[in-house]
This record gives sequence, structure tokens and C-alpha cells, in this order.
Amino acid sequence: MNKVTTDVLIVGGGPAGMSAAVAASGNDDVRITVVDDNPRIGGQIWRAELGKLKSVEALELLALLDQQWITLVNNASVFSNDGSSVLAETPSGRIQIEYKSLILATGARERLLPFPGWTLPNVLGAAGLQALVKGGLDVQDKRIVVAGTGPLLLVAAEYLTSKGARIVAICEQTTNKKLDRFALGLWRSPSKIVQGISLRSKLRGIPYYRNAWVTKADLQSVTIQHFGQTTDIECDMFACGFHLVPNIELAQLLGCEVADGFVSVDDYQQTSISDVYCAGEPTSIGGVEAAVVEGKIAGFAATGQIIEANSLFRARKKTTAFAKALDQAFELRDELKTLAASSTIVCRCEDVQYGKLTDHDDFRMAKLQTRCGMGACQGRICGAAVEFLFGWKDRSVRPPIFPVKMENL
Amino acid sequence: MITLTINKISITVDEGTTIAAAILNAGVTAFRKSVTGEPRGAVCGMGICFECRVTIDGIAHQRSCNVIAADGMEVVTDE
Ligand SMILES: Cc1cc2nc3c(=O)[nH]c(=O)nc-3n(C[C@H](O)[C@H](O)[C@H](O)COP(=O)(O)OP(=O)(O)OC[C@H]3O[C@@H](n4cnc5c(N)ncnc54)[C@H](O)[C@@H]3O)c2cc1C
Ligand code: FES
Repeated sequence: MNKVTTDVLIVGGGPAGMSAAVAASGNDDVRITVVDDNPRIGGQIWRAELGKLKSVEALELLALLDQQWITLVNNASVFSNDGSSVLAETPSGRIQIEYKSLILATGARERLLPFPGWTLPNVLGAAGLQALVKGGLDVQDKRIVVAGTGPLLLVAAEYLTSKGARIVAICEQTTNKKLDRFALGLWRSPSKIVQGISLRSKLRGIPYYRNAWVTKADLQSVTIQHFGQTTDIECDMFACGFHLVPNIELAQLLGCEVADGFVSVDDYQQTSISDVYCAGEPTSIGGVEAAVVEGKIAGFAATGQIIEANSLFRARKKTTAFAKALDQAFELRDELKTLAASSTIVCRCEDVQYGKLTDHDDFRMAKLQTRCGMGACQGRICGAAVEFLFGWKDRSVRPPIFPVKMENL
Repeated sequence: MITLTINKISITVDEGTTIAAAILNAGVTAFRKSVTGEPRGAVCGMGICFECRVTIDGIAHQRSCNVIAADGMEVVTDE
């Protein structure tokens, strides 16, 4: 097995991890290593567009990352820890990386909720479909309905439109009142996600329904509930996602304190474990600007650059307030708990139906009796769903946090 | 351009295309069979859901959304 030592190890090469690396490199006595499980750096927002990125910030970060004391390790999934080192699986086997300080910048994933038809091959996540198109999927002339909740619906719809798709409708489950309150607060919010909202002007001509949510889907159409009426909308693909949930499995494995589903951090982004920091979406869902500012603070703090870290506290206050506003604006409505029928699959890995889960009191019992959450994705998809549907929280995280090959265990 | 086969049929894609995108571009929607035999396809696009698993060059259970297409790859779906 390959063994590497580094001063600062950053897990996750998205905006938070990249910013942390660049900030940490301000101290030229430290060696920095960034690991990411994707073939390309950049995280969810910048990854696939590295060649044609327009974001000045992203381009600057990329240029700065190209320094000899920053090592980038792509295609490496961190799946376990061992003292002050982590284990990662790469295509050429396992590596062990020993660190003095660790920055967790593992990002978030889309929340997917079960409804009849959600396991059909033409039903995808909204950010998920966008990611696939960034990866080269051709959606020219495809009729697509985008539904769920959150600013990413608009971002995804705009992106798909720019790639030639015909967005038939956008359905946002939240209420007019919540959206209006959110929009009013935008003048004091970070600019980037606001773009998501102003995108609506670019999406002119596409029906945008608020208070509207999916009730079922089949291979040709989706059924939308809107003000007490149901409407069938024909489409080739259905892109449906309900905002984001943080990737906190690695933090949990390390024993970091978690509150309300997010990793707890102090002013310097340090977790409850000393020398372990966390930045970006695992601490709150605040979009790219929050990820960048938190990443910088963590990178500075982890390398003793305290004045630099302190200078960013004000900027972070804004992004934290914005994350809270997002949370309130796109809170899930209770009606979404009633979509799954008894035969609707909730755990897609083990094909566990909704009706098999209702008898259980908690996730642990349900896992033991039905294998819900025990498959390949280790509950990353159904965990967020059963938390919403039944209030079940899962605190037990065991290594490996990603399935790895036998020989790498 | 990159040329690979999907279920023995040759397809050409742009450089940088993921295997998941190549599969869908080839008109194939069933990536794998679920434990009860349902056809499933890519969902999350980011390596989290494991629904896009296929066999690549004889190695089973590869998440196709996380693998970039390379010349001569042989991809088999719906197993
Ligand atoms: C599918 C998707 C698409 C999105 N698209 C947009 C968009 O177009 N516009 C927008 O404003 N926002 C988008 N977002 C929101 C976006 O997540 C944030 O704006 C921003 O990218 C967050 O940055 P981050 O660095 O915290 O996380 P991320 O960008 O998610 O970066 C985290 C990185 O860590 C890696 N990682 C996680 N766990 C491990 C591990 N154990 N081992 C190794 N690597 C690991 C991940 O693969 C990822 O590359 C999207 C979110 C998702 C889930
Ligand atoms: S599409 Fe979800 S893991 Fe590939």
C-alpha cells in the first residue's frame, strides 16, 4: 500500500476544498494535499466546465492551485480513517494519507423523495440531470419537466435550455409567501445564488408553477398537483430534486459532533475534534459563496494564519444568513409525505417498499428487518427520504463509508 | 473523438464524456437490473446513488457517471 504524509489534508476538491488549499498555501512551510473522488477537480458546480469556466473566482483558484506544494489526488475516495490518517481507494489500489490537520470539504448531494414512478429510468435528479449533461449527455429537443424544490431547479432548467432541451414546466413545491419573503431578502444576500432567481427572466416563456408538486410519473408523463387540481404533463424526461443534503458521513466516522444534520464548527471552522476542520455544504447549505468563504477560513486557521481568518468573519455572517433563508424558503411541505404508495420503493438499492417500512419505529430496526439503507449507496439516498417521511435519523456510520474492493479493505 | 462499444454496438462520443452520458446518448436507458429485476438508470449524476452501475472492460459494478470514456472501452449494461 502506498503511504503519503502531508501537513494539511483536504478531502473534497469543490469550491470549499479549493479555497481551503489556496488559503493554506499562504503559509509556505506546509505541504497540502487535496483528494477528490472524481476524475476532475471543481466539485459540483465547476467540475465539468473547467475548460470553459467563466467564473473569475474559479479561474483564479485553479491557477493558484497549480503550485508545487499543493498535491491534487483525483479519483480517490476516502472510505475510512486510522488514527491521524485516512484511507482512500484509487483505481491503482489503496493509499493511506497521514495528516497534521484535516479539512473536510465533502459537499452535498441532492435530496430525492419517493413517489410512484420515481425509480423509472426516465426519472432523474434535477441537479443530477444537469450533472449528466455537463458530462456529455445530449438533451437536444428533449421535453423535460423540472420539479421539486430549491434554487437549483432554476439553475438546472436554464442550463438544460442552453443545451437545446425543451423545458415543458418547472414545478416548485414551496408557497408563494415563502418564495416572496425569500426574494425580498435577496438584496442582502450573496450574489451567486441570486443569479438562480434572476435566471427566471432567462426562462421566460416556460411555465413556472409555485405550490406545485409531482404525485406520480410514468414513462411518458408526470402528474402534477397544483391548487387542488392534478394535471398530466407529457415529457421525455422528468428531473426532480428536493434541494440538498450534506455529505457528513466522513465527519461522523471521525466522531465530529453533528447538530440538526450538519457538522458543528466554531468560528475557525474547527469541528469538535481539534485539528479537524469542516467547510462548505457539510456545515450548512449556503451555495458556492458560503463554500468559498468557509474554505478560506478553514485553510487559514489550519495553518496558523489567524488574522487572515478573522478578516473573513463578516463575509461569512452574510453567507450564514443566506443559508438560513434558503432553508426556510424551501422547507418541504407535509403533503410530500403522502406521495409514496404502499408498493412504492423507498430504498432503491434493496428494493424495499414503503409498506414494508411503516411498521417500524426507527431506522435501526427497519434496517435489520428489511435491509433498507443497507445496499450499495449505504442509505445516502433513502436515508434523507426516511428522515423526512418517518423522522428517522441515522447516526451509525461504519467504515468503509463507500463500498470498496475486497483487496483494499 | 472517442470510440467505445456499448452492448457490442460501437458509438463515438466527444472527449471528456462520461460513460453514463455515452450510454444514454446511445439510446440505452436500462443501466442495471435492481435486486427484484427492475430496469434502473442514472439518477444523481455524481457517484452517490449507485443506480448507474455497469460493467466496463469486464469489471462489474462500475459507477458509469464517474468514469470518463476512453477509446476501445467495452461497456455492458442491464446485468
Ligand atoms: C449535483 C449537484 C449540482 C449542483 N450544481 C450547481 C450549480 O450548477 N450551481 C450552483 O450554484 N450550485 C450547484 N450545486 C450546489 C453546490 O453544491 C454548491 O454551490 C457548491 O458547489 C458547494 O461547494 P462544496 O465545495 O461545499 O461542495 P462540492 O462542490 O460538492 O465538492 C465536494 C467534493 O468532495 C468530493 N467528496 C465527497 N466525499 C468524498 C470522499 N469521501 N472522498 C473523496 N472525495 C469526496 C465530492 O466528489 C466533490 O467533488 C450543485 C449541487 C449538486 C449536488
Ligand atoms: S448516477 Fe448516481 S452514482 Fe452514477
